[in-house]
Amino acid sequence: MLRTVIGLEIHAQLKTETKAFCGCRADVFDLEPNTAICPVCTGQPGTLPVLNKKVVEFAILAGIAMNCTINKHSVFDRKNYFYPDLPKGYQITQYFFPIAEHGYLYLENGEDKRKVRIRRIHIEEDAGKMVHQGTDSITGSSGSLVDLNRCGVPLIEIVTEPDLRSPSEARIFMELLRDTLRALEVCSGDMEKGALRCDANISMVDETGRSSNRVEVKNINSFKFVEKALEFEQERISKVLLSGEDVAKETRSWSFQSKETFSMRSKEEENDYRYFPEPDLPVLVVSDELIERIKESLPELPWEKVDRFVEQYSLPRYDATVLSSNADIASYFEEVAQVTGRPKESSNWIMGEVMRLMNDKELTIEEVKVNPEHFTELFDLIDEGKISNKIAKDIFPTIVEEKKSAREIVKEKGLEQIDDDKVIEDALQKAMVNNPAAVQQFREGKEGVLGYFVGAVMKATRGKANPSKVNEIARRMLKN
Amino acid sequence: MTKNPLNLRLSEIISLGDTFKFYRKRIDKYNNELNAFLQVRTLSEERQGFPYATKDNILALGTRTTCASRILGNYDSPYDATVTKRLNSKGGQLLGKTNMDEFAMGSSTENSAFGPSRNPWDLSRIPGGSSGGSAAAVAAGLTPFALGSDTGGSVRQPASMCGIIGFKPTYGLVSRYGLVAFASSLDQIGPMTRCLQDAADVMSMISGHDSRDSNTIRHALSFDISLGGNLKGLKFAVPSEMLSYPGLDEEVKERFLSTTKEIERSGAVVEVISIPSVEYAVATYYLIAPAEASSNLSRYDGIRFGPRQQSEDYEGLTNESRDIGFGKEVKRRILLGTFTLSATYYDAYYRKALKTRRVMAGELNKVLDEYDFILNPSSPVIAPKIGEITDPLAYYLMDIYTIPANVAGLPSISVPAGFVNGMPVGVLMTGKRFSDVSILDAAKGIEDLSPSFSDGLAIIPERWTE
Ligand SMILES: [Zn+2]
Repeated sequence: MLRTVIGLEIHAQLKTETKAFCGCRADVFDLEPNTAICPVCTGQPGTLPVLNKKVVEFAILAGIAMNCTINKHSVFDRKNYFYPDLPKGYQITQYFFPIAEHGYLYLENGEDKRKVRIRRIHIEEDAGKMVHQGTDSITGSSGSLVDLNRCGVPLIEIVTEPDLRSPSEARIFMELLRDTLRALEVCSGDMEKGALRCDANISMVDETGRSSNRVEVKNINSFKFVEKALEFEQERISKVLLSGEDVAKETRSWSFQSKETFSMRSKEEENDYRYFPEPDLPVLVVSDELIERIKESLPELPWEKVDRFVEQYSLPRYDATVLSSNADIASYFEEVAQVTGRPKESSNWIMGEVMRLMNDKELTIEEVKVNPEHFTELFDLIDEGKISNKIAKDIFPTIVEEKKSAREIVKEKGLEQIDDDKVIEDALQKAMVNNPAAVQQFREGKEGVLGYFVGAVMKATRGKANPSKVNEIARRMLKN
Repeated sequence: MTKNPLNLRLSEIISLGDTFKFYRKRIDKYNNELNAFLQVRTLSEERQGFPYATKDNILALGTRTTCASRILGNYDSPYDATVTKRLNSKGGQLLGKTNMDEFAMGSSTENSAFGPSRNPWDLSRIPGGSSGGSAAAVAAGLTPFALGSDTGGSVRQPASMCGIIGFKPTYGLVSRYGLVAFASSLDQIGPMTRCLQDAADVMSMISGHDSRDSNTIRHALSFDISLGGNLKGLKFAVPSEMLSYPGLDEEVKERFLSTTKEIERSGAVVEVISIPSVEYAVATYYLIAPAEASSNLSRYDGIRFGPRQQSEDYEGLTNESRDIGFGKEVKRRILLGTFTLSATYYDAYYRKALKTRRVMAGELNKVLDEYDFILNPSSPVIAPKIGEITDPLAYYLMDIYTIPANVAGLPSISVPAGFVNGMPVGVLMTGKRFSDVSILDAAKGIEDLSPSFSDGLAIIPERWTE
């Protein structure tokens, strides 16, 4: 049996207003190419970096949330390599002395709850982007354009110890990290937009404890692909090992089009980055006061919220986890639960209808959320037997769109549940006359035919008939 | 104009108010012979102010900044360096940009892609370097003062070879924003002038904290002073290692020793002491500076700067553009720096050099706790003939006198102190960090007893005053 060992290197873009070392705006995702640049971030000769204080605060916040030791002295270094999207020819990073080290997060995978150790968190700057013409890479393209907007956007790199044991754990960890960074409001967490990026190291160990070479997988750009890419790689490595061969120590790239990894470069082709201390920036000194102040500002973290939701609202752990994964959804839930006084129903509706609407129509919680009072009314209508659960779900999108109360909509559309025996009996009578054969079948003991008659009544009443009543009346009338 | 600006100090030139044309004409007349300026400017409108020149590695809007390199041959400055901006805001009018060794790498200006500058005292000789163009321009009276940059002596050594004052301030006192980086932890901009008071006046305009350079110090020193020049009671230390340096020319040594005698006669104490680590200064410097340079110069890859060479792929494009764009000495140092920073050799070379740097700074500071200043010749020789020295190592070794100040971030100044064989020589004073004001004041004392000055200004060779 082979055991899988995975470690992650995660880059998170920080949501600061300005870039890491100059005054350019940092939210550059949708901008026209080369419109958020200046002499500093384009590497003009003679320019010097000036560290953005917010970047330091965000990195410390992340470090504290992930139980790291915050280093009071950390140092910036240069990572040297040539590429057209790296205008200075080096990236400013923290190689020798990072700002935070030795942390951990608890990973929950079903019943299993385990520490995943964080080796280090350090500050660095993003590179620009290249647009290749004709192909996906610089080789073979007819031309390449460089967009330097992203140059100098602040990043933190979070490096885990190799504590993850499966591709799905890696995905769950990435989601946990995203939720944490979102709760801290330091990163948008959008993998698809490149705000959160993940490189994975994977190796496999056999029964005797002998480990394969480590393979690095790059360019994983969604949560789903974290799992998919590592599953592919796990499969590939175990095949190689079982065939008795050695796994090459290399860097591979995930292709989301072909859903497989391919070799980017071997160990021998690895760059020598010639790290050395960045002479343009002084040692970064962090005071105890700053660390204390940031500690005090720490918001409730996702796992703390889960515990509280379980405790305070008696929610199942699953519900609490889903709701807590997004701070806005979580706070909306709390609002609805408190107004309606019915936490479990509130949770069902938010996890069900609200989130379905968000997914289907790609809306944010802000666009979907309705006045919690509407939920009180909706729950009351169901309780009073005025509408069925199904009708309630049907009209929910209208409540959202037209911002009307449930009672208004039910009244306008005449959707009130039909409890009137007479109406149901009439409809049933009609159905029995139309299909005497079915009546006969029921009387001969074919219980299943009951469904046909209930359906016919529901259809005739356009779904408004109280289904349990229809059932009861159908049973009575068909017997006679 | 009733007064001849060549006989005036900077403060007097400033009050004259309209000397730009005077200097501009001199440049037109003499620059062909000196090759001190690479570019000259004309004023678009007449206005009051004072002219100045900067080395061509300092950015100034409206000029190219070439660093005397082909790779930046057509690079238009997209912004003003902090020093340029500060001078201009005080009325400064940039005359032009001066020649230098390519990317400030060299001690002779022979490494300029645009030909060497010549020494105003003897046109067959180098002006020193790397700020050789600035030194020649000031020494020949083509500008009241010039800015240079000093990474291992590049302001002080050419100043001594051309017979003017060259001051390297404490690291962090003058903003490097807009100075094209050679070795960031060593580079410092400094004034090159014809008298000490001018150096103080320039410092009062260019020094001080700059939010764009994180290494500038927060507390400002005031250079808004009138220098006294009192040597009495000061204690000078002369490192024995520098006196016994085998490359030190006998006549230069004699000239230096007679200057120390005169300093003593003015009431100061001069003692020979030992600073053992000074012997490692050159080795340390030539590990740290090329390492930083190899990184600082990697941005010149043919993509954004320089004449881009066509090639099959990116690597080929970069290699060929850099091969054609950089001169020999620059390539030599990039290779050296790339080698010493490589993962395999980092511990053996770069890390060790950082350690030596700390030890040396410690030893220098210890001496400076006991003595006011360290005193030694500015250069072991007078200006060599153009093309005379071909072994780069010979030039490297000559930096022994100036390098310690850069390695430890100390203020250091070269003051003209007489002539050897008709060529100027200088003495070098190095002080504690932030002793910049007192070092200028003491240097004024040397100026007062030096034969290199006439009416308080460094002598301009006759040829340029006709
Ligand atoms: Zn910028």
